Amino acid sequence: MSEQDVLNPKHMPSNPEQATLEGKNKFLGFWFFLGGETVLFASLFGTYLALRDSTNGGASSQDLFGLELVFIMTMLLLTSSLTSVYAMYHMKNNDFKRMMIWLGITVALGLGFLGFEIYEFVHYIHDYEFTMRSSAFGSAFYTLVGFHGGHVVFGLSWIIALMFRNAKRGLNLYNAPKFYIASLYWHFIDVVWVFIFTVVYLMGVL
Amino acid sequence: MSTLVANEKKGFGSTIWDYLTTVDHKKIAILYLIAGGFFFLLGGLEALAIRVQLIKPMNDFVSAGFYNELITMHGTTMIFLAAMPLIFAFMNAVVPLQIGARDVAFPFLNSLGFWLFLFGGILLNVGWFTGGAADAGWTAYTPLSTTSPGHGVDYYVLGLQISGAGTLMGGINFLVTIINMRAPGMTYMRMPLFTWTAFVASALILFAFPALTVGLFLMMFDRMFDSVFFDAAMGGNSVIWQHLFWIFGHPEVYILILPAFGIFSEIIATFSKKRLFGYTAMVFATVLIGFLGFMVWAHHMFTVGMGPAANSIFAVATMAIAVPTGIKIFNWLFTLWGGNIQINTAMLWALGFIPSFTIGGMTGVMLAAASADYQYHDTYFVIAHFHYVIVGGVVFGLLAGTHYFWPKMFGTILDETLGKITFWLFFIGFHMTFFIQHFLGLMGMPRRYWVFLEGQGLDLGNLISSIGAFLMGIATIILLINVVKTSVKNEKVGADPWDARTLEWAIPSPPPFYNFKQLPLVRGLDPLWIEKTEGRKGMTPAEPLGDIHMPNNSFLPFIMSVGFFIAGLGFIYQKDNLAWLSAVFIGMGIALGCMLVRSLKDDLGYHIHKEDLQKEAKE
Repeated sequence: MSEQDVLNPKHMPSNPEQATLEGKNKFLGFWFFLGGETVLFASLFGTYLALRDSTNGGASSQDLFGLELVFIMTMLLLTSSLTSVYAMYHMKNNDFKRMMIWLGITVALGLGFLGFEIYEFVHYIHDYEFTMRSSAFGSAFYTLVGFHGGHVVFGLSWIIALMFRNAKRGLNLYNAPKFYIASLYWHFIDVVWVFIFTVVYLMGVL
Repeated sequence: MSTLVANEKKGFGSTIWDYLTTVDHKKIAILYLIAGGFFFLLGGLEALAIRVQLIKPMNDFVSAGFYNELITMHGTTMIFLAAMPLIFAFMNAVVPLQIGARDVAFPFLNSLGFWLFLFGGILLNVGWFTGGAADAGWTAYTPLSTTSPGHGVDYYVLGLQISGAGTLMGGINFLVTIINMRAPGMTYMRMPLFTWTAFVASALILFAFPALTVGLFLMMFDRMFDSVFFDAAMGGNSVIWQHLFWIFGHPEVYILILPAFGIFSEIIATFSKKRLFGYTAMVFATVLIGFLGFMVWAHHMFTVGMGPAANSIFAVATMAIAVPTGIKIFNWLFTLWGGNIQINTAMLWALGFIPSFTIGGMTGVMLAAASADYQYHDTYFVIAHFHYVIVGGVVFGLLAGTHYFWPKMFGTILDETLGKITFWLFFIGFHMTFFIQHFLGLMGMPRRYWVFLEGQGLDLGNLISSIGAFLMGIATIILLINVVKTSVKNEKVGADPWDARTLEWAIPSPPPFYNFKQLPLVRGLDPLWIEKTEGRKGMTPAEPLGDIHMPNNSFLPFIMSVGFFIAGLGFIYQKDNLAWLSAVFIGMGIALGCMLVRSLKDDLGYHIHKEDLQKEAKE
């Protein structure tokens, strides 16, 4: 039996992402990677908490943050996490077309989030002269939220690349783990945002 | 396509190409051994220069600035570029064999991890040739490091960032390998202790290195993009760096010492001809050390001013680590007790390790007493302590491992006479160098000073210390001669030259590139020993002979690492001239482009066919 037959079985298993040893390894390895990412963000959160009141006489979190914008961003990103769950649901049912549609919606919502975040940063820089260089609070804010934004950019590029690559050939046991861990990454980004929403924005305006 | 080409004789060029593209864990182990060995020699030369400078009062062998670069680069090189990769060399060479696997879980990442480490290490050392290496100490405390002029510390930041990413990949790789790829019957409580320690060390890498990643990013932003994390005048806080550095830095010492413990456990059991005493307790102690290792980072910061409550908690937690470590020491002694002991070079290192490391452990408990630490802090007492645990523990372990695993890695055996000479010279030199430093420290000699004054009772001690350092240097040269002599003689040994106990000795030395023709059936702890005591020659196979799936070689990891290297140079020099930003874009473009290629291009590997394996067996 050739490799192609192994990867394209007549009946797709219900968990195609873990049907091969390579898939199992990727699944487990990626969870470990997310464990490391958790420490990475924990370190950034710790730094932010230590420096959030060090405004150096410049703009403070009460001056800057408005919950309206952050509410829209949160909704966009939380919804995108839900739509990526739908995509994985269809992957397990071997419904490639619907999976691609839901991934497409996920990407659109993610791009929307990213647009608002860029608007937010530009707004702070131009209207408040609040930059990475103006205070320790500024350094910590842009680094923490910027690291999250960087993860969003990477995650979007990853999902888009996978969609283009596999658009014509459908699902198999080789690309199913790739889609699955990309969606895991997307959920992780979402979870981090929940903490940013709480620690940075909610605690910042209260 | 003939799939057994790896057995054919090859020219020099194709061998180089093979190593540049290899994803075979055994070849990557050799790469780690060579690169780590090179950096070990480099760090050793830096150490000798330090000791020459301190051989007499008010010496002027090197300038004060150059001395700062020497101590910084000695520490950084030895920890990140010598000890870590040498540990990875043995983990790569041995762990997959010990659990009965054909490769690691992510062969491509394995290769990428090596090349990132190497290019990160090279980047760190580029500073020597371009106006000065890092000079703020290996701990790079802020604000000294953020205000250090020139590019030295920039090289430190970018070099460690790149090589740290490689280490993180290695950690994840071994975790998944050990969980998912054990042979049939190899349960967790049958894993050899070296595999267990590699497992726990990998978990420590996973959860410790991201803290360093963040610390280095913050320092990079402060130095290169004018952020103010560590600038007190702008509301920043220097102590954040110390916390982040030690949240990484303390687990790091356990990352280094645990695999060394594992190597000693293998050696002591093998050459005592006994099952390791208290195997379960050894596993428990290993896991407990790994867990407690995360609770003690602030004992490096007793004098910062965290207050008595925090100091007490961290002091108690630190002392608690002495308990599992003590369990280990006693288990080794009880393994020796009543054993049929055979003394050879590997065993000498193991026997030398036990008292040496115990001395380091005792001074560790002394340092853990927070109130007393105010006296020891930043003196040669601390230097003596951590060299006793790192040289007496890690370096002894690596040298023991070199002798013990050499036959498995290269198929030859290192010369015993030269090995014993190396041991005795190194052992005596080591104690001469560092034992006296305890007393120098207690008499008040501070670390990192480039000169000391005459007539303060420090002259003789420093002279003895420097002489000892040269003995270690000579011992290292003899080790190199040993390696060359053994390689030239090229006398092949069999699969099991030590009459050993674990799976790696059940297959030929060096192993075929697919490791196990048939996966072995593991029936207990020390599986090979069980088969031998029952009169069988080797392992019972757990599966019929079949096709073996192998990963393809790839040149991408090398190119990707070159990309990050170029980007690193760009980040460093865009401070002087924004034109260097183009190097950042080119380098990151290369690296990200390689990632895209890796993601989009199918890499299905290939199969070794059953028929080829049978044919090979007949030859």
